[in-house]
Amino acid sequence: MTTAALIEILVKVILLLGGVMTAAAYFVLLERRMAAWVQDRVGPNRVGIPLTRIRIFGLGQPLADGVKFIMKEEYTPAHVDKRMYVLAPIVILVAALTVFAVIPFGSVLPVDLGIEGLSEPIRLVVAPGMDVAVFVIFGLSSIAVYGVILGGWASNNKYSFLGALRSSAQLIAYELPLGLGILGVVVAAGSLDLEAIISAQATSGWWFILAQPLGCVVFVVAAFAEAARLPFDLPECEQELIGGYHTEYSGIKLLLFLVAEFLHMITAAFLIVILFLGGWHFWGLTGAGEQVGLVQAVLRVMVLSGKVFLVILLFMLIRWSWPRFRFDQLMALAWKVMLPLGLVNLVSVAILDQLRTAWQLDAWWSNPLLIAANWGICLLAWIVVAYAQPLIADNRPQQELELYDVDPQV
Amino acid sequence: MKPDDPDILWVQEPELGLAGRMYMPMFVQGLSTTLKHLAGSLRGKQVTVSYPDEEPQLGNPLIYRGVHRLNRDEQGRVKCVACFLCATACPAHCIDIIGVESPWPDREKYPESFTIDELRCIYCGMCEEACPVDAIELTSLYNLTGRSREEMIFDKEKLLSVYDATKDKEPMQSTRLGGTL
Repeated sequence: MTTAALIEILVKVILLLGGVMTAAAYFVLLERRMAAWVQDRVGPNRVGIPLTRIRIFGLGQPLADGVKFIMKEEYTPAHVDKRMYVLAPIVILVAALTVFAVIPFGSVLPVDLGIEGLSEPIRLVVAPGMDVAVFVIFGLSSIAVYGVILGGWASNNKYSFLGALRSSAQLIAYELPLGLGILGVVVAAGSLDLEAIISAQATSGWWFILAQPLGCVVFVVAAFAEAARLPFDLPECEQELIGGYHTEYSGIKLLLFLVAEFLHMITAAFLIVILFLGGWHFWGLTGAGEQVGLVQAVLRVMVLSGKVFLVILLFMLIRWSWPRFRFDQLMALAWKVMLPLGLVNLVSVAILDQLRTAWQLDAWWSNPLLIAANWGICLLAWIVVAYAQPLIADNRPQQELELYDVDPQV
Repeated sequence: MKPDDPDILWVQEPELGLAGRMYMPMFVQGLSTTLKHLAGSLRGKQVTVSYPDEEPQLGNPLIYRGVHRLNRDEQGRVKCVACFLCATACPAHCIDIIGVESPWPDREKYPESFTIDELRCIYCGMCEEACPVDAIELTSLYNLTGRSREEMIFDKEKLLSVYDATKDKEPMQSTRLGGTL
């Protein structure tokens, strides 16, 4: 590897790290203000430029929050396992940040800086051409579970531990629907490379949300659960577990946990956009090929970021629209609803893909036809699951006593 | 209580329709409620009052329970007859009255000193309810501040001055609410 290529990667890393961390900070502000707006409040709007009375809509709030977290006393309880206690936030943040190495944040940048050894055009992903990008994301998101479990275990506190246990059960359960959602896309695109998946959608013009609605629903639900966002935020539901696995953390360590959680959400938004919403592609705006002008390249970056922004807005809106699931409902949703639906989607996508090649379907109507077939299967599967009602587990007292074993002493 | 107790009213929960079972329509319903509130807030329909920048609108200042005042009668004398009903009714024991023989012929006693510890007061309004001559009332002054604890113990002169400051804006409740002077 030449020095120029190394510098190119370093520049991309710095840009991405800076961008993502700043975005996370400002998304925290946006989340707080959205929460306030949904609840008919105003939200944090007072922090502006220090020492002046200029408020600029509270845009100074993330900075103030960061300073507050850094200045706070970093208290380590006496009963914790020190090494693991320190290790946990580092593990979770590193895992959350490393994922961005394989996530493209644009298409390509067709500029020739005239430096020898620099790839041309510059691909807007830290590790371009990674054939196993999807596997890398899966592996790293599994490592994030270790951070959670380490934190909960090392805290030596029953609420932390319960939060960590719930989190591990939840993340492992939803890894399967997440994988099945991705697998449908991988089968359709024929590659595990995220850039290839985007360009498959761009060349056909059919985003995978249109081609595989069921896969998209399964993936989005699983992504919400993996990011531990409401309605799946059981690992840290305040009403039951104080703060969940980070109850015993304070100061900068708590900040690392919170930032990692937000990064999970941003990662999930990126993946939803890349896998199902066409990545940087938009009809009639960005083109589809590899050869682009500078304007189109910038447009692609903007389209991708815009979509990610909209998905994150959806994340934040859903937080205030749905109540939290009970834990047994959460598990039932993963194993009894999402897993079968994901399998149905995968099988139907695979069969339709085979039919396309077997029957040489390449007329203009073949794509809409196959997609309509997939929508039909999706609707059918959804209705079957709706009538099976796997989420309903009624253990309340009943009137017809002869149907149940009731202790006569009660 | 046994399950077949006649006092138990058994309620059957309504069956879910197809929409409820398919979950998505309910999801859209919830999301549209959220969006409605979001849109309302963005158009400036928040309920929050940015307090130091804007003054809150009190619902009805006449029945607001803020700082106390001691009312004066038509001749400018304190109306209080030192009956101690307010001090007795006060759950926080913040009213301290020293009653002496009245110099005026229309009543037997009057308060030589009348102090309320505004820090101890819980603003329940029981003193106002208890007063037989409508001498003590709660005003709508809500932003009560002071630099020391001593400053917050209001004596008779201070309470009368609160009346002087608020009498035009808030006439005595007894007349307003149809009572007698």
